[in-house]
Amino acid sequence: MSINGKAYIVGAFEHPTRKAEDKSIPQLHAECARGALEDAGLTFDDIDGYFCAGDAPGLGPLSMADYMGLRKLRHFDSTECGGSAPIVHVGHAAEAIAMGKCDIALVTLSGRPRTLAMPRTMPNSIHCPDIPFEGPYGAVTAPVYGLVATRHMHEFGTTREQMAWVKVAASHHAQHNPFAMLPKVVTVEDVLNSPPVASPLNRLDCCVISDGGGAVIVTKPEIARSLKRPKVKILGAAESPKLQNGGDVDITHTGARWSGPRAFAEAKVTQKDIKYVSIYDSFTITVIVTLEDLGFCEKGQGGKFVADGNLISGVGKLPFNTDGGGLCNNHPASRGGMTKIIEAVRQLRGEAHPAVQVKNCDIALAHGTGGFIATRTGGATLIMERE
Amino acid sequence: MTTAERKLAAPEVTVETKPYWDAATEGKLLVKKCNDCGKSHHYPRAACPFCYSLKTEWQTASGKGTVYSFSVLHGAPVPYALAYVTLAEGPTMMTNIVDCDFKALKVGTPVKVVFKPTVDGPALPMFTPA
Repeated sequence: MSINGKAYIVGAFEHPTRKAEDKSIPQLHAECARGALEDAGLTFDDIDGYFCAGDAPGLGPLSMADYMGLRKLRHFDSTECGGSAPIVHVGHAAEAIAMGKCDIALVTLSGRPRTLAMPRTMPNSIHCPDIPFEGPYGAVTAPVYGLVATRHMHEFGTTREQMAWVKVAASHHAQHNPFAMLPKVVTVEDVLNSPPVASPLNRLDCCVISDGGGAVIVTKPEIARSLKRPKVKILGAAESPKLQNGGDVDITHTGARWSGPRAFAEAKVTQKDIKYVSIYDSFTITVIVTLEDLGFCEKGQGGKFVADGNLISGVGKLPFNTDGGGLCNNHPASRGGMTKIIEAVRQLRGEAHPAVQVKNCDIALAHGTGGFIATRTGGATLIMERE
Repeated sequence: MTTAERKLAAPEVTVETKPYWDAATEGKLLVKKCNDCGKSHHYPRAACPFCYSLKTEWQTASGKGTVYSFSVLHGAPVPYALAYVTLAEGPTMMTNIVDCDFKALKVGTPVKVVFKPTVDGPALPMFTPA
């Protein structure tokens, strides 16, 4: 049993806001849903499957379903794994569609961490078994990623200059995105000279904090063929946790080490077939480790792989995050998974900005790393094809 | 910088982890060891996360270890070094490196345990260069 070819992404919408002072979080979810439905040529009344994660306020999927008036739901899922959740949800939606549990699934993500100055903490952290052994030590987001960068530099000789190239590539793409929070092109020196945040990461190694959100619509082949938008077929999807393993810690890997091979196997494609990648870029180091784990280069060679513009569209061999990604464009709800799917869909439809559109972009990959990379993360990989 | 200037939040203590925190307050670092597979683990649990055995018991650790990785949060009101330290007993634990020059920190630096008080709670095991 496989989901290859059993489901399509037919609607995608990224909310244009980066600072939502005048909108509630439920309102943002609903506006994203409306945008994705309009993109697909469908209505709220067509939705019979709904997927959301911890950024959706309320009781799992129920409060947002109630708010939006999703009366015809017969399948729902609120798997929570941080920023990887929307990519997990698209995979789960494809499974549900393949099994006939629903026909038209909506996935939403939204949040206002910028306006509300929300701390980025784990939901349900009370009575959580691991938090007492992390929180009192100040294990907040940036140094938890700094731990990975320090160790990666130690084990593999990765340099801060190589990490900076990830940001440089993202900024080259962001200059063409009118909605990007940081549209200015930066250099390796700019990154190295930016203020230190959590060693060895500087400010420009870190993604932005933004409000906003996004939504996608997943449906079965028969319905996808009846709609007018370009069809994006799901070839493969897989997920994996990455844990602390009882103290037998190895922080140079992410869940992509396991989700990547499974997604490639289901998609029946290899790394060489991928024309574009969306990689969750919470920090520059996240991209390096993820690309290694997905097999685009050997473990430990990610720094060399991303250097010298290799991720810049039209310049390098593997164009990534052509919207500017989390490093330059936006990071709604402090979760990068949804926007990764949306830009991959734009690329496959040929609707990315002409300056960054990848030629003959027929197969693309989106990967999310959710949670906290040096402790617990969820990894989710999605491979899609233009039909 | 000294940690005295940094207010440390108290950990949530549960019935499962109370012996660990009580020991820390008395100046002892405990690890959980499995009597079936022989492996030690951290953070401490009732059941071994490696072989699922319920035959785990508390052991007093030597307090010696090496820095597995670290990151200094420069932007904090009082900058601190978050770290993973690999204990001589095997497990790697999240902690802080304290009472030292952060600029001299390196992966592999030998460290020893020290205990720092929290606000209204048990002491926290931390490490300083040995």
